[in-house]
Amino acid sequence: MTNSIDELEFTDLILATGTNTTENHPVIGIKVKRAVRQQGTKLIVIDPREIDLVKYADIWLRQKPGTDVAVFNGLMNVIISENLYAKEYVAERTEGFDALKATVAKYTPEYVEKISGVPSEDLKKAARMYAQAKRASIIYAMGLTQHISGTDNVKTIANISMLCGNIGIEGGGVNPLRGQNNVQGACDMGGLPNVFPAYQQVANEDARKKFETVWNAPLSGKPGLTVVEMMNAAGRGDIKAIYIMGENPLLSDPDLHHVKKELQKLDLLIVQDIFLTETAELADVVLPSASFAEKDGTFTNTERRVQRIRKIVDAPGEAKADWEIICGLSTQMGYPMKYASAKEIFEEIVTVTPSYAGISYKRLDNEGLQWPCPTAEHDGTKFLHKDRFSRGLGLFHAIEYIPPNELTDKEYPLILSTGRVLYHYHTGTMTRRSLGPNERCPESLMEINPADAVKFGINEDQMVKVTSRRGTVEAKAHITEKSPQGTIFMNFHFAEAAVNLLTNPALDPTGKIPEYKVCAVKLEAA
Amino acid sequence: MEKKVPLTIDGKNVEASAGQTVLECARDNGIFIPTLCHYDKTTNVGACRVCVVEVENARSLVASCCMPVSPGMVVRTDTEAVRNAQKMVIELLWSSGDHNCLTCEQNGQCELQNLIYWLKIEKPRFEIEAPGYAIENNNTMIQRDLNKCILCGRCVRACNEIQVNEVLDFSMRGSYAKVGPAFDADYINSSCVFCGECLQVCPTGAITFKQAKFAGRPWEMEKVRTTCTYCGVGCQMDVFVKDGQIVKVSGNRDYGKPNDGSLCVKGRFGMDFIQHPDRLKKPLIRRNKNEDLKEVSWKEAYAFISDKLSSIKKTSGADSIAGLSSARCTNEENYLFQKFMRAVIGTNNVDHCARL
Ligand code: SF4
Ligand code: SF4
Ligand code: SF4
Repeated sequence: MTNSIDELEFTDLILATGTNTTENHPVIGIKVKRAVRQQGTKLIVIDPREIDLVKYADIWLRQKPGTDVAVFNGLMNVIISENLYAKEYVAERTEGFDALKATVAKYTPEYVEKISGVPSEDLKKAARMYAQAKRASIIYAMGLTQHISGTDNVKTIANISMLCGNIGIEGGGVNPLRGQNNVQGACDMGGLPNVFPAYQQVANEDARKKFETVWNAPLSGKPGLTVVEMMNAAGRGDIKAIYIMGENPLLSDPDLHHVKKELQKLDLLIVQDIFLTETAELADVVLPSASFAEKDGTFTNTERRVQRIRKIVDAPGEAKADWEIICGLSTQMGYPMKYASAKEIFEEIVTVTPSYAGISYKRLDNEGLQWPCPTAEHDGTKFLHKDRFSRGLGLFHAIEYIPPNELTDKEYPLILSTGRVLYHYHTGTMTRRSLGPNERCPESLMEINPADAVKFGINEDQMVKVTSRRGTVEAKAHITEKSPQGTIFMNFHFAEAAVNLLTNPALDPTGKIPEYKVCAVKLEAA
Repeated sequence: MEKKVPLTIDGKNVEASAGQTVLECARDNGIFIPTLCHYDKTTNVGACRVCVVEVENARSLVASCCMPVSPGMVVRTDTEAVRNAQKMVIELLWSSGDHNCLTCEQNGQCELQNLIYWLKIEKPRFEIEAPGYAIENNNTMIQRDLNKCILCGRCVRACNEIQVNEVLDFSMRGSYAKVGPAFDADYINSSCVFCGECLQVCPTGAITFKQAKFAGRPWEMEKVRTTCTYCGVGCQMDVFVKDGQIVKVSGNRDYGKPNDGSLCVKGRFGMDFIQHPDRLKKPLIRRNKNEDLKEVSWKEAYAFISDKLSSIKKTSGADSIAGLSSARCTNEENYLFQKFMRAVIGTNNVDHCARL
């Protein structure tokens, strides 16, 4: 997030798009709801699904899945043509405005209505409301990024935020809500194929030299492969071994049949996890790891806040903390890693990660700190880009709408969209083993609009078969207005109704994110 | 400069900020006024009247939680009239419920019990007449025993004002007021999302953490603060442990950010997995593709992996090896993992499932 969670409660307007906040980030959802009910904050929801937040919204734009760029270009079209944008801010802090203006000129409310189904009058109202708010914050999540146009989507919301002078101010910003507890930290720590910790490029020679010195080993300057690329490379035989720590791609990756085949081709699959997950079952070596409650360390939350976790109980049997396992393995392979504690590792991290340089376990004792925190005296950073952007001037990206990769047709007439529900988490390995959440949500439901239910002859609670070009799953139907007509929704928490057997592995060319939110399916009674 | 309001509490000259209540000002100055219905970050309702004080020139005792300070005000918190009024309120509450502390989970941390002790009440002067409600026991997370409810309304305000889930309200049945979801439904049959905020704010044993029942007394448990492992909010939580067993979880209210003491259902009730029998306890190896996984020692596992990775690296190159680090693991572990892939294996083929 460019800004902080706290700021949401005290801003003038929140625009929520592609985030089912109350289910996926419930405690952030609380702040949004409190802002609306108690502070008079305006709320605009842009989402194909009638999520819980719609109940609290002043305006709800229900676009067709995958038409986000058109909608945001439409909003900007209105804001520019009605002269509502932040002219001073645009002149002083940004560049590329003319190109943006030229591109969005074509996206008149009427044109956007044709593409997205959003009534032109609603679009105008939302545009005016957004532009007239003194401070407006945009929150988004996977609903925006899991498209082949995911990167474009994020750029368009950055566009509209800059257009109205909302980046670099308290209560503003573009704020991605991270799904998993430590996505932010995993990225910060260089768990990415092209960067070292703190986003220092592997291809950059100075960065590489720095790490070669600290790590005392020669390093490769060739950026590596992303998850989906790795799987494909495994299928071709180019990747022969994969070491997986605490992930379950066999339920979370798109087009599972394909993933399974690829993983089976490997000479060596190592899975390190707390349970024998679907992926671990395929492995040649399974290493038992400690859960978060059995070790010390830090997580970095979605607002860049580095926070402690502490050991509460002993790990079962011979399970070890992931860091201890890596040390053991590395030492065995002739590169001794001898850290006595997580704290010692953290002390090394801060020497090579400028944004974390001022953080220490001691400082984290009571409260977390938000990076960038460059020195031991620095209080951390509540919101980014205060007086300037990282690159100097904020750059507008003129972006054209492109339709989703897989469109509906006669054979596959419905759109399938995927996501999470409140009571479960990711691939369900943890929540499905917890009594309460499982009691409240024991099975995967397929949400279908009443009109579609009639059209396809489906009744409530009936088992249905959903088929895409890649596979078939069965689930129980739940008929609800939450799903727009023409779109069905399923979560991916349940192995027995693994919706990712159906999803489309088509990738966003830049972000390499698969298009989970749109694929074409057909529906029949099971 | 903010204007300060001078006043006197229990003979002490103090200054309050404009708009503060007498209760807030007293607390800021270390003067104890007992409360039951008051709860930070929710509206003051003055329902329980335990916080009464004497204000010079006022005709009767006033509820300090709802009384704004005014210049020159003279307040007394410890007169006989105040104590008598407090005793009356507490004895009425005591006698109108079934406050059987012997088996109550709140024993030792119940705010009603504490006040009875503080006011030195041996026995209520009224006969105990509990309403005789059935205990709501039909879900696995929250147990409700409204016989212990003192109608302070904290749960209602927490559900509506803190979590804004808008599930709970007061309802009137005959001469009895009652708190609960609409149409007198049980939690499990309502729109309740089991965030457990109501449970955390309830001053008595009326709403309790069901799985913690008989699992440990408050004074037997150790409390450890940590960060929730589920979503990216990173809520700060207190985990209560007894004899190496996790008993329950509550939101940490000692420090504000990022969750101000609130949690959701996953953080509060989703921790059973930690001590689940399915947890992996030993390394496993499959030596041949068509064999089953077999338990081995760590030494064997390390040797097996090391041999295999080294030979693959030798024959096919470092870039034929890839690793997935994890958005579930700590920063320290993610750092070491990419260091291992880059410095030991020699490849940048490292990613995690953040995009998924
Ligand atoms: S259930 Fe608890 S919090 Fe709710 S009104 Fe009764 S005593 Fe107060
Ligand atoms: S658990 Fe949460 S949603 Fe349910 S009644 Fe209590 S406060 Fe309301
Ligand atoms: S308690 Fe809920 S909202 Fe808070 S971090 Fe855990 S999962 Fe997220």
